[in-house]
Amino acid sequence: MIASHLLILLVFSLLVSAVFATLLRDDTRERLRFGLLSFAAFVLSAIVLGWVMGPFPS
Amino acid sequence: MAAETTAAPARSGVLPACLLAWVLPGAGHLYLGRRAKGLLFLGAIGALFLLGVAMKSRLQLYLGLEDPLALLFSIAQMAVGAPYFLARALGFEAGQVTATTYEYGNTFTAVGGLLNILVILDAHDTAVGRKR
Repeated sequence: MIASHLLILLVFSLLVSAVFATLLRDDTRERLRFGLLSFAAFVLSAIVLGWVMGPFPS
Repeated sequence: MAAETTAAPARSGVLPACLLAWVLPGAGHLYLGRRAKGLLFLGAIGALFLLGVAMKSRLQLYLGLEDPLALLFSIAQMAVGAPYFLARALGFEAGQVTATTYEYGNTFTAVGGLLNILVILDAHDTAVGRKR
């Protein structure tokens, strides 16, 4: 199965962004724009949060 | 979407649309004639759930009140509808807590169900004419 954490993050972000964009926007162009922004927000926020948590191991 | 702006008005039948949307993600929209939306929901939520199961997610069935978080988690997973019950019937309910992907799998299956709740609400709004 998927073993790469980054790949799991990308797949999750892609699928959830696709559903959000379809639910929240009616126009195709708007959906694409919203979906891309949402995808980027998911991925970037996860990477930034992961980086910030680096100095604080459990 | 262009195809949807020219689609026929939603069929009546709010209850069947909502029930179908719960039983199979996207089926409510397909019933209402919103083919593109329905197929996208079916593909995306179906993929989230299937990947979650493949990543050894536990398919929890807890309906008690002693552990509210477990109850909420069960409700979230059950919201994906027939695939959840089918996967449990096929023996995938236990998951594998030692698997590296176990927590990812739990997240995928629960989020799939939570998204399906939004899809059910969208099917309702479409059926009553509040949305295209």
